[in-house]
Amino acid sequence: MIPSPAEHLLDLYRVMARIRAFENAAEETSRGGVAVFGAATDTIALVRGPLHLSTGQEAVAAGVCANLARSDYLTSTHRGHGHTLAKGADTTAMMCELFGRASGSNHGKGGSMHIADFSVGMLGANGVVAAGIPIAVGAAHSAKIRGSSDVVACFFGDGAINRGPFLEGLNWAKIFALPVLFVCEDNRYSATTATDAMTAGAGAAARAQSMDIPAETVDGNDVLAVDAAARELLARIRAGGGPQFLHALTYRVKGHVSVDPAAYRAQSEVDGALEADPLKLAATRLQALGVAVARVAEIDAQAHAEIEAALAAARAAPWPQTEAAYTDVQDVGAGQWQ
Amino acid sequence: MAMINYAQTACRALAEAMRADASVIALGEDVGRGGIFGQYLGLQQEFGAARVIDTPISEATIMGAAVGMALTGLRPVVEMRVADFALCAIDEIVNQAAKNRYMFGGQGRVPLVARLPIGIWSASAAQHSQSLEAWFAHIPGLVVVAPATPADNYELLAAAIACDDPVIYMEHKELWSLAGELPPQRTAVLGQARVARPGSDLTLVTWSKQLHTALEAAAQAAQHGISVEVIDLRTIWPWDRDTVLASAARTGRMLVAHEAVQAAGFGAEIAASVAEALGIPVRRVGAPRVPVGYARTLEDVARVSAERLLHELERFVERGAQP
Repeated sequence: MIPSPAEHLLDLYRVMARIRAFENAAEETSRGGVAVFGAATDTIALVRGPLHLSTGQEAVAAGVCANLARSDYLTSTHRGHGHTLAKGADTTAMMCELFGRASGSNHGKGGSMHIADFSVGMLGANGVVAAGIPIAVGAAHSAKIRGSSDVVACFFGDGAINRGPFLEGLNWAKIFALPVLFVCEDNRYSATTATDAMTAGAGAAARAQSMDIPAETVDGNDVLAVDAAARELLARIRAGGGPQFLHALTYRVKGHVSVDPAAYRAQSEVDGALEADPLKLAATRLQALGVAVARVAEIDAQAHAEIEAALAAARAAPWPQTEAAYTDVQDVGAGQWQ
Repeated sequence: MAMINYAQTACRALAEAMRADASVIALGEDVGRGGIFGQYLGLQQEFGAARVIDTPISEATIMGAAVGMALTGLRPVVEMRVADFALCAIDEIVNQAAKNRYMFGGQGRVPLVARLPIGIWSASAAQHSQSLEAWFAHIPGLVVVAPATPADNYELLAAAIACDDPVIYMEHKELWSLAGELPPQRTAVLGQARVARPGSDLTLVTWSKQLHTALEAAAQAAQHGISVEVIDLRTIWPWDRDTVLASAARTGRMLVAHEAVQAAGFGAEIAASVAEALGIPVRRVGAPRVPVGYARTLEDVARVSAERLLHELERFVERGAQP
């Protein structure tokens, strides 16, 4: 049964609200967790180290992943909580991982930057810009060789299009006609530098088109636009149309990492972006579709409660035993650590 | 028994693995034509272009795609052409293949074999001649193998393909035509060295093409009354401490020789380990820390010759047990 437009948008909104709640909680618990941008560390931060938030970019993750099956694959970036959650990962396991606990999705070995959940096809966030692109291409190549109908969604940022693996990976996907959706989640910043000034030519979509990969550019804060474009592009991929490219224009509301005040950009720019907030936009749409404000508020409350429970579980979860430092390294040579 | 060369034995090992297991595939530049050294000859004809995959000159994506393949159920054998070119794929090897299993908490495995031919390939100069095994031995998560004989290139490649860890498999570019016989059955195990020549006065540890120089030097040393035990390490990581230490404890002296640059070479690790464990005199012999030059006179400076090895062996033994 096809859900009504309102129900469909509510589903998308729910995913965005959960991501927003997750990111807000992660941000809050990361204060004092990393010494960078003049911030000092303290000993009480629960989420330690660099934390890259996708606050304000939720519509890209929600809109694309709404069109993926559980068995489809996804590769992500250092800013990958939203993709992971939207692909179906459990938020308690995710929060435990950010807290570095044994019950985390990676048993505390990866943290925010390497979060992964293979049980839902999420093949890993990645600490290296553009590094997920060849891996995504390989997963798609593997699906083709194995005769599987799985497709791959490959998320990367606007900074990644200036790295070599972007060119190599797109070319590879095209010549082998692989089932991969490239998603350039364009938040306008390459770490702390505006990407525009670092990028020649007409940008991400034009680069894909130069290799005959069909590309769509959408408002990445409009979850319905992302959803519709992803649905169409993924349908083409599933029909054997080869790789497709989605360029989603959004904005990184937070700094490069959670403690980065991002003072290198004008407040008016940030204010404008906050006006175009994807959740605010979707909520306004829902009201226009006749959905009661209370229904939206209820979803927000449920998301908040889910993440509060995840936080409580993470606070109480055990640390990895030190012996775990020696497991899952390699089989041949295990025990020979010197 | 028929003679078969180092390239052909590798080809046979891969063909047998591909026949036995549909998840084994090969990818890299020019593999469809048999590879530039003939180590893939006939494989694309037998297994098709979908399993013996000719790729663009995109080293980062050849290796990165292999990681994605390995994480999703395939067992890729990756051709890097020469080890020097694998430096274009160093992120994919070091940050991805080696670390994915650990950093994802064991959720994924990366059972790939990356073939990175090492060594001086005469007159190929500085960017086609490096022996970089120590780089990869330094990285947790990787197995590093360097076969010296046709039989080992058959047995160890088969073992590497069967291994669930990422394996850096380093053939030597001047051994492809070396002929030998295949043993009646496979016995080589990753991580196990082989005593290539028994002896009693000194233990000489080596690997890859340097083994043959070492055996030559040991034969000459025998004529001068010096009995040298030569150990072919075969696997650089994990290296076979038991075999090396047992031999060195018996002979009382250990010399390690390799084609790689001596400074920070893997020989330093072995020498230090033997000295720590046994307190006996140890020595290293490797290339000077210069790039490999084109002209023969320059190239020869970077080679560790049998004459030089013999000289080092004699000097070492004459010094007695003085450290």
